[in-house]
Amino acid sequence: MTLANGKAPRVAFGETVAELGKTDPRIVVLDGDLGSSTRADIFENAYPERFFQMGIAEQNLLGAAAGMATVGFIPFVSTFACFAVARALDSIRVLIAQPRLNVKVIGGYSGLLAGMTGKTHLIFDDIAIMRAMAKMVVVAPADEVETRQAVRAIAAYDGPVYLRLTRQASPLLFDDSYRFDLGKVAVVRPGSDVTVFATGTQTVRAFQAAEILAAEGIDVHLVHVPTLKPLDADGIVQAAQATGFVVTSEEGSIIGGLGGAVAEVLADRFPVPVKRHGLADIFGESGPDELLLEKFGLSAAKTAEAIRAFVRARRA
Amino acid sequence: MTSGSNAAGLSLAELEDLARRGRAHVIRAVAHANGGHIGGPLSAMDMLVALYFKIMRIRPEEPHWPDRDRFVLSKGHSAIGLYTVLAMRGYFPTAELATFDAIDSRLQGHPDMALTPGVDMSAGSLGLGFSGGLGIALGGRAAGKDFTTFVMLGDGECNEGIVWEAAHVAQRYALDNLVAIIDHNKLQQFGWRGKSAGDRLPPYTGTQLVDRWTAFGWHVIEMNGHDMAEVISTVTAARDYRGGPVAIVAHTIKGKGVSFMEGNYEWHTRVPNADELRQAMAELGEAGAVTAQGGAA
Repeated sequence: MTLANGKAPRVAFGETVAELGKTDPRIVVLDGDLGSSTRADIFENAYPERFFQMGIAEQNLLGAAAGMATVGFIPFVSTFACFAVARALDSIRVLIAQPRLNVKVIGGYSGLLAGMTGKTHLIFDDIAIMRAMAKMVVVAPADEVETRQAVRAIAAYDGPVYLRLTRQASPLLFDDSYRFDLGKVAVVRPGSDVTVFATGTQTVRAFQAAEILAAEGIDVHLVHVPTLKPLDADGIVQAAQATGFVVTSEEGSIIGGLGGAVAEVLADRFPVPVKRHGLADIFGESGPDELLLEKFGLSAAKTAEAIRAFVRARRA
Repeated sequence: MTSGSNAAGLSLAELEDLARRGRAHVIRAVAHANGGHIGGPLSAMDMLVALYFKIMRIRPEEPHWPDRDRFVLSKGHSAIGLYTVLAMRGYFPTAELATFDAIDSRLQGHPDMALTPGVDMSAGSLGLGFSGGLGIALGGRAAGKDFTTFVMLGDGECNEGIVWEAAHVAQRYALDNLVAIIDHNKLQQFGWRGKSAGDRLPPYTGTQLVDRWTAFGWHVIEMNGHDMAEVISTVTAARDYRGGPVAIVAHTIKGKGVSFMEGNYEWHTRVPNADELRQAMAELGEAGAVTAQGGAA
């Protein structure tokens, strides 16, 4: 089954936050001079008086957003994931998470595919860092449909959120019948041989991997985990129980990322073998998307390979 | 403009007396907690009193009043100075100052907006409070509010890069509802070494601070941060200035009010022993009140 193409999550973000701005005057967008990339420019065009260019200065970008939240605004702060999480971490920690202010940190260009920027602009441990931060909600949608719903859901949620977005247009995993539920996992494809948890746009490639494996007689139970925190522990355990074997797959660091999160829950409540597939103890590099996915083992074929190897080892 | 209660009727002598009592509260609270900062709160005390008892539009009985003037203590390590003035102003009982830094207290080592009535922005990791204050001013203007946001920074704090990130943006938006007060007490915690280990150089000398804020496009005024009349007139003028943000470089003395603390970098965080506490209280005219709860508010 070939998935239809959707718009890039960054475009879905820009369009949705502009739609929200139409009905909610509390919505403001703060940009760190990347609006033309993150597509925060869509909001600027619609509501220039509620768009605040903060220049190339991320610590202050996040700090100022906290101040605006205290006056009653709902700031969406848009920059690249690497700059939001790594460069402005103290602003997020002290001014946003600790007082639990209603700021939405939008980390664009997350994961491996950041437009041939290379290691400075690639952050793989953003989920691990933000998930470990107290009071922070962490969301990583899979496609355009889910991004639109996630943006609306985090706007309605009163508190700090990290939304992990990707740059590239990606196939549509969901149609309009899908309902994003903040804090819940979603079963994408029921199966009986192995449970695969995936997050963000990696779930799309995990789905394609499951299709490859289905032809080989491996029936994947694919569960999408769009909310990394709070983690749907019941949903994770239930999905693990469906097959008794678990693989996690993510376009990010398995150290503290989705892999770490799932392993923590299962170690506590349903200890089963877990194979964590993703990036570990490594920095990124420049290159065309398809070659990066192959090299770093995240293409659909490589994802299928990882799941296949795990299943065969368990069956042996 | 909606009115607040600003205790405007107090005389200069009464305000100076509040500052004197405030200094005694600070030293007693730090002695009681056996930890905390003294030098910075003492250098800031006259300005804090002027703000909360004379200048700011506030309602202590309604700490979240949307139209209140905001104050951010970006030099958050001077928290006990802010708590003292908030308590004397009626946000919470002065007796609570004895819980400073204690377990389960609302009065944390650095200001926590989620805990303490009257604290408008958390701060303590230096420079961040100023950035938050910039956001408050930006938000206030966007919301059509006429309140002023006052932010107090340390001179050492101006080492932080985020200070200049925020200063740049405030100028870009011509935020004339934002006033930065730099407590220029000429000492940071340790600082650069001078002629000997005990000789610590000031974070900035001469006109360096004035020059830097001026270069960033701010309207800059200097004042003596210990002259109550001058503080009131200068900060009021800064609040009323139109066209852009105002930075007040306040010349102060670290440890002001107690002879052996003044200008001595060691009193940044040192806790007074019993003899030092007695002497400090005597110098502040509070000889009979050396316990944390002592002294009338």
